Amino acid sequence: MADWGKISRRTAMTAAVGGAGALIWNVNNLTLSPDFAHVFHAVEDWTRLSQRALLIPGRMAPEYAMKDISPTFKPNGTLDPGTDDYNAHVAQGFANWRLRVDGLVRKPLSLSIRDLRRLPARTQITKHDCVEGWTAIGMWTGVQLGLLLTAAGMLPGARYAVFHCADNLDGEASKGGEQSPGQYYESIDLNDAFHPQTIIAYGMNGRNLAVAHGAPLRLRVERQLGYKHAKYVQHIEIVSGFASIAGGRGGYWEDRGYEWYAGI
Amino acid sequence: MLSGGTHVAMGAMSDTVLANEPSRPRREIFYRHTAWVRAWHWINALAILFLLGSGLNIFNAHPRLYWGRYGADADTPFFALGSVDAADGTTHGITQIGAWQFDTTGVLGWSQTGGEYSARGWPAWMTIPSFQDLADARHWHFLFAWILAINLLVYLVWSLRRRHLQRDIVPSAADLKTIPRSILDHIRFKHPTGEAAKRYNVLQRLAYLGVLLLICLMVVTGLTMSPAFNAIFPWSLDILGGRQSARSLHFLSAGLILLFVFVHVAEVFIAGVFNEVRSMITGYFTVPGEHE
Repeated sequence: MADWGKISRRTAMTAAVGGAGALIWNVNNLTLSPDFAHVFHAVEDWTRLSQRALLIPGRMAPEYAMKDISPTFKPNGTLDPGTDDYNAHVAQGFANWRLRVDGLVRKPLSLSIRDLRRLPARTQITKHDCVEGWTAIGMWTGVQLGLLLTAAGMLPGARYAVFHCADNLDGEASKGGEQSPGQYYESIDLNDAFHPQTIIAYGMNGRNLAVAHGAPLRLRVERQLGYKHAKYVQHIEIVSGFASIAGGRGGYWEDRGYEWYAGI
Repeated sequence: MLSGGTHVAMGAMSDTVLANEPSRPRREIFYRHTAWVRAWHWINALAILFLLGSGLNIFNAHPRLYWGRYGADADTPFFALGSVDAADGTTHGITQIGAWQFDTTGVLGWSQTGGEYSARGWPAWMTIPSFQDLADARHWHFLFAWILAINLLVYLVWSLRRRHLQRDIVPSAADLKTIPRSILDHIRFKHPTGEAAKRYNVLQRLAYLGVLLLICLMVVTGLTMSPAFNAIFPWSLDILGGRQSARSLHFLSAGLILLFVFVHVAEVFIAGVFNEVRSMITGYFTVPGEHE
């Protein structure tokens, strides 16, 4: 420690200038370096913890009036899963679609769209904030996820809800980076899962959810960015962790470098 | 012309060193910038460089700006960078500002990355990282956004408590009266000497105060784009007129900060790059003599 006193101001300043220069010069390599990824993960944790510290449970995403609804709501990601299985469901009007809720639950559920429509509904007009920067406002109708999870009953160790979807996405040119195909999935923690505005939506702008917007069911998790709002939801799995699922980062875009915590 | 009070104000720990050399006129070395101000300056310089570069990469994911609560492909932007295929088979980069369109092929809308042309808003040489990747650009952006915000908070607390902001930055009524003369001095590249060189002139004060307010606006408009922050402080959306307005104001204030940087660096060169840069590194500034 005594050596610190011997480091002259000149040495310290040279080191600072050299460090800044090296940072700028190597910016592309650092971006892709697995070691530097720890720095970015630490920043994500810091953002999540500071936003969560202020997000006391009752805080609601702003809701809008009918007049604020976007004339055209931009569909993004998968616009039509297009598989034989999915096409058959479209032809049947999703009469045989099932939403399974299982994993760390006391009582696994398997619900039809008709079952969900018989449950108390919540309608909310909210904005959809895409990570790319655009915003669309729409009206969503569905069942509070908390209601379904309460019916299923959480077992000890339950921490996350994972949403398995019917679509296989190839990536999106606008997002850049790797454009690798993969089955879409997403995850949120139980804090968000039990939030009153977190719903499994079957209706949009007063109609049935369209195929481009995730028919027959999509997640709305209003305090996070668009990619968390999984479309074509078939299966909700309650887990203690998601490291063993797909790429292990908790979602299709998370496995391609995006933050798991998408509050900003 | 200047009271002793301003002398103390500029260097809170003012210690004026007079170098006595018999063969030369007396050159006054003045302690101009405290360590706090120097740290604030260089951390900002690095953070703003990274935030501008990564911000342009993020912008490229949706290179259009709107006013209001919503805005996406079907809505009308007031600013857009895009590309169009011409009838002759060539592709052109198009910059749209309001009702006007400009061909900006090679720079905006359609430019080369590693020898290959592609549709991208801002070109590779302007963005961090240089290749197009929204996820990576966001990582850099949030890393330096935290650094900028913490630096801003430390600076504001320090400079208000030590009255640096009140004494050295905010112009007084007397300062404001010197605006016309100061503009003339700047146009003639005439820089203050002697005692007057120890304090910021009125245009400097206004520029530094302005850039400080712009950095505050960057933080507020940036946070207003966050859906979680919207749930915490919904009034920020109301004040700024919606998320797309916040995004556009974020972009426009970044442009004004860049304009400040250009003028600031030009002034450093005009006023004497060695002396000015040294004073922001070591704190010590050679006061230009009255007749130099």
